[in-house]
Amino acid sequence: MNPRNIGLILTRELKSYFSSLTVYLVIVMFLLMTGYFFYNLLATFSVVSVQAQADPMLARQYQLLNINETVIRPLFGSISIILLLMTPLLTMRLFAEEKKTGTIELLLTFPVNDVDVVLGKYLACVVVILAMILLTATYPVIIVVLGTPELMPILTGYLGLALLGAAAAALGVFTSSTTENQIVSASISYGLLFFFWLISYSVPLVSAGLGQVLAYLSINEHITSLSKGVVDSEDLIYYLCLVALFLFLTLRSLETNRWR
Amino acid sequence: MIEVEHLTKEYGDFRAIDDISFTVEKGEILGFLGPNGAGKTTVMRILTCFFPPTRGKAMVAGYNCFEDSLNVRKRIGYLPERVPLYEDMEVADYLRFVAAIKGTPAKEVQRKAARVMDDCGLGEVAHKPIKAISRGYRQRVGIAQALVNDPEVLILDEPTVGLDPKQIKEIRKLIKDLAGRHTVILSTHILPEVSILCGRVIIINKGKLVAVDKPENLRAEGSRRTYLRISGEARRVEEELARLEGVSGLTREQAADDTQAFILAFTDEKRGRQAINSMIERNHWDLIEMRPIEASLEDIFIKLVTREEA
Ligand SMILES: Nc1ncnc2c1ncn2[C@@H]1O[C@H](COP(=O)(O)OP(=O)(O)O)[C@@H](O)[C@H]1O
Ligand SMILES: [Mg+2]
Repeated sequence: MNPRNIGLILTRELKSYFSSLTVYLVIVMFLLMTGYFFYNLLATFSVVSVQAQADPMLARQYQLLNINETVIRPLFGSISIILLLMTPLLTMRLFAEEKKTGTIELLLTFPVNDVDVVLGKYLACVVVILAMILLTATYPVIIVVLGTPELMPILTGYLGLALLGAAAAALGVFTSSTTENQIVSASISYGLLFFFWLISYSVPLVSAGLGQVLAYLSINEHITSLSKGVVDSEDLIYYLCLVALFLFLTLRSLETNRWR
Repeated sequence: MIEVEHLTKEYGDFRAIDDISFTVEKGEILGFLGPNGAGKTTVMRILTCFFPPTRGKAMVAGYNCFEDSLNVRKRIGYLPERVPLYEDMEVADYLRFVAAIKGTPAKEVQRKAARVMDDCGLGEVAHKPIKAISRGYRQRVGIAQALVNDPEVLILDEPTVGLDPKQIKEIRKLIKDLAGRHTVILSTHILPEVSILCGRVIIINKGKLVAVDKPENLRAEGSRRTYLRISGEARRVEEELARLEGVSGLTREQAADDTQAFILAFTDEKRGRQAINSMIERNHWDLIEMRPIEASLEDIFIKLVTREEA
């Protein structure tokens, strides 16, 4: 591993990201969609609050809830789904494009380790994802200005989003390394991400033991606990394992390309 | 500088190159000649560590291309056939990136990129995106990126393909100027190119090595033939010629009235010529024409390649 080479590849990838329209489109779509959810959640909250002032029954019921439960948690849920929809669009070009145009031939014959190439590209994508996630921080800031939410769940929620983004990016880097077609890469990413998303729906249908395993494998189970403000090392390990697994698979996929 | 031993590469069941061996000395320009699909690119990709051979061994500057690939890659500059470059980068920016990734210390990156742009005549397009420059300039950027870290070995895959005649001339001059400072392997399917550029040439066809020699020797192999036209009596001229020492392979050619034309080969050129001269003097004939027949590299190439196939 050579930090300088990782840095060089990372910067080149970032420049390349921001010199194409795709990344701006993805960021704008991401903000529009998350903004829409935020607006709706907030509007619903304020309508219910106004009604609660006139209706003591409703007010009592509503006390049990708070802004964390009614706005922030569902907000993190929506942001994470939208994030999963966006990452394949960011990762699909990383290797597929180089394979298509042939630049991979120069890249892999430069005196650089494959690990540095993979990490450089991966981290560039993670930087874009983190920037996207940070832009959504305007929503909690608005909530803090308007009300008094608990801060911890907001912070752990963001940790969760960052980890989710990091895992989805690793998965996308891997699929991009398996093909020279960006659309194919994105399609496989969506397939795999939805698999990790949907297995939680099978939990009630299988035996308790298997159910636990499926629940552990499911991406969204881990987001839920983080957006409640609980940082469990199990969740951290889960995401980091996904990252390590897919980056390892990417390396292997580059290697088999060489062997063909 | 480069040693290749029994190199074989199979894509699945298809054998792209078959048991190829050769060496290249330091400072040499070696031409790699063969029709499309001969396996030139495959050999170059093994030498540049893009993929390993199925069997055999390739060494560059004393390092094994497969086992010690990083050390090999530090010492080579490579221009792939399709000249794949990052289209959205500016020329100068791209060359700085390549200089840095090839291990140039940060302080020297700017200077090295500037120097190579100078050497390759890229000043005019330094701040244009690569996608906006002409084919000739692209090729130069490709060569510039191969040269930027002053590598010991340069591997250029069809460096003049797809250029117009003026650009071809310029690129050839650029390559010619590299001789001596670098060891160069260049591939081409254009025959005259090797005699212009290369000190030695390897001919491959269908993955097999057909010949290794200097371009002039390859040509000489077919050129020890001489065309001879003498005025004299037909039967006697032929008789006397056939008896001469140092002359063989006599064949009669069509010629104008009163003159006899032959194509012959010398077994010993000096003695053969003397014998012909004294024979003409002795018989008071006239020598009308005597000239070596230059076989073109095309002829030799076709001969070698068809001999292989026969
Ligand atoms: N990746 C590949 N998979 C299968 N066959 C290949 C591959 N690359 C090249 N070949 C085949 O190997 C042979 C040699 O190719 P190549 O080395 O590119 O020849 P050249 O560069 O001399 O034109 C060709 O017949 C080509 O079709
Ligand atoms: Mg080729």
